[in-house]
Amino acid sequence: MQRVYLDNNATTIVDPKVKEAMEVYFCQQYGNPNSLHEFGTEVHPAMRIALDRLYAGIGARDEDDVIVTSCATESNNTVLKAIYWEVIAKTQKKRILTTPVEHPSVSQVCEFLQNQGAEIVELPLNQDGIVDLETLKAFLEPEKTALVSIMWANNETGLIFPIKDMATYTHSVGVLFHTDAVQAIGKIPVNVQEAPVDYLSFSAHKFHGPKGVGGLYIRKGAPFVPLLHGGEHMGGKRSGTINVAGMVGMGLAMELANEALPYEHTEVRRLRDKLEEAILSLSDTMVIGKREHRVPNTILASFRGVEGEALIWDLNKYGIAASTGSACASESLEPNPVMVAIGVDRELSHTAVRFSLSRFTTEKEIDYTIEVLTNSVKRLREISSTYTKKRR
Amino acid sequence: MAKNQLIGGALWENYSRKVAERMDNPFYRGELTEEDAKRMGGKLVIADWGAESCGDAVRLYWIVDPKTDTILDARFKSFGCGTAIASSDMMAELCIGKTVDEAVKITNLDVERALRDAPDIPAVPSQKMHCSVMAYDVIKQAVAIYKGVDRESLEEEEIVCECARVSLRTIRDVIRINDLKTVEEITQYTKAGAFCKSCIQPGGHEKRKYYLVDILREVREEMVKEKTMTEETKFSDMTIVQKHKILEKIIDEEIRPMLAADGGSLEIVDIQSTDNGKTLVYIRYLGACNGCASAMTGTLYAIQGYLNRKVDENIVVYPI
Repeated sequence: MQRVYLDNNATTIVDPKVKEAMEVYFCQQYGNPNSLHEFGTEVHPAMRIALDRLYAGIGARDEDDVIVTSCATESNNTVLKAIYWEVIAKTQKKRILTTPVEHPSVSQVCEFLQNQGAEIVELPLNQDGIVDLETLKAFLEPEKTALVSIMWANNETGLIFPIKDMATYTHSVGVLFHTDAVQAIGKIPVNVQEAPVDYLSFSAHKFHGPKGVGGLYIRKGAPFVPLLHGGEHMGGKRSGTINVAGMVGMGLAMELANEALPYEHTEVRRLRDKLEEAILSLSDTMVIGKREHRVPNTILASFRGVEGEALIWDLNKYGIAASTGSACASESLEPNPVMVAIGVDRELSHTAVRFSLSRFTTEKEIDYTIEVLTNSVKRLREISSTYTKKRR
Repeated sequence: MAKNQLIGGALWENYSRKVAERMDNPFYRGELTEEDAKRMGGKLVIADWGAESCGDAVRLYWIVDPKTDTILDARFKSFGCGTAIASSDMMAELCIGKTVDEAVKITNLDVERALRDAPDIPAVPSQKMHCSVMAYDVIKQAVAIYKGVDRESLEEEEIVCECARVSLRTIRDVIRINDLKTVEEITQYTKAGAFCKSCIQPGGHEKRKYYLVDILREVREEMVKEKTMTEETKFSDMTIVQKHKILEKIIDEEIRPMLAADGGSLEIVDIQSTDNGKTLVYIRYLGACNGCASAMTGTLYAIQGYLNRKVDENIVVYPI
């Protein structure tokens, strides 16, 4: 059976070039980079190249730090808890400004910190589904605020937040800014000089690198305390024997992802738009968020009368991987928070399915998906108790 | 289960083959019309439950023979996930051939059990049970419509969770039938509390008459009381070990603290069951009780009387 992977916002295929570059660090150059002997030191040049690529990939300066972590969840935890220990617990700045649509590795850490005495304020989304600069200005009280933490692009809708403007403003009033850039890297240009953030989290497996390795950018001088203690790794900022293969893979993956950005914005976008047009040509469908506000690979679509999980079940039967954050789906019964926040008709909040492409997606795969999707939507609407065509 | 939980994401893998088959090809999907009813000589009943905004909605069609109250045919339509569709399909199948009064007794557990491949492996994971609860509720709705019970009177039912339209009765039943122990389980089974969360506990964005935490506590207390009562009646049939456990617990919690106030205590030395249903409990006094005059009179009567009241009237206590 043909298999089509359209869940690239969840994880991606490892680029074969990345895998090849990593291979030598398993059975040949397997030394611990902290060792004094040659087994340890012979991996240092590759680590240097990896760091060079990561620094270049996001525009970090030499005096800044880009530490290698195990995942973006660790990076997000590190930043938020460092802010808690270094700022919230020690000063009168108790507040973290964030959004209602952050990944759980931000939102649930905030919830945890709230129980420890932090004050968490969620900025409302505007009608485009993003937080705009005006809203941030209206809510940001510098003397009370320890950190602003806003994702660069949303995982479910693909909507891009105006990080450059918001980071610039936040900096100008003397408040720290963190962004979870997991869904941005490899999809849009990310540069910490143009968008002056203090902390930026990313994860290799979202841009065709390996799982189990992520990164955290820390601007020079930004408050910091490690999450993991117990060694001198990463300059004492993140203990734990360094995942050399993962670090090498992430560095190359970052470089390749940035090189592929023009392709992402032409070819991936063209295929995404083709699928999106096909979805919109079915009756009673909608796509969340304006196309020009989204990363080029993502579609969050709603099919009236069709429950999201039922649809991904059907697609899976034909080898197509898509996902949903709606009530019946996944292991949670919560309605999709992004759509609720955006103010989409509550009835539609359980009908959302996300398709996310990558530079490995082919036209043939998109054509096949359109065919299967059309049939599945028809079948499920025939069973549906709530769907009557053109009900409005 | 621990390893499965560590791997995670195993929702669909835990569906039975029957659930998957009925999701892919539900036998009883579709509608029944007045014409079908006329042809079969029955009365058409159409019942709706749930709402699209809650993520699950089901419509049940019956044709009922008005003379015998037998359900001649059933169909359904569903807005819901695979489990919702499969449960509705099985529910429709279970209705056919039953009388309306028999059908009203079909519970979500009957539907779930009928969807199992093996008798002791659940057909769906627990967070999907709410889909079969829908099937249970829509039958009740159909019966109400068939019997001509005023819709208004149905609305008077105490609704605990407005978002998911879950009644007090459903919540109490589901806790009891499934032996639920946490609010999260109630939410998984019924969807009550999954949406605005106001009904979970006081302090939500809306004030409610009932809260899940209170209902859960009350029902659990009732269940414990009932269980203790059953245990009381069966005390004489228990093994020595079971008797010892119960006696040791009550002595430790209720009697020793009283004796301790006077610097004494006691231990159980032996327990014997006699043929005529009596339980002989041999105790040894410790500390200040040892040698106390009252130990053979007032204190002894008090201990025996207490055990007779609380555990079994045929207990006789012997100090040694």
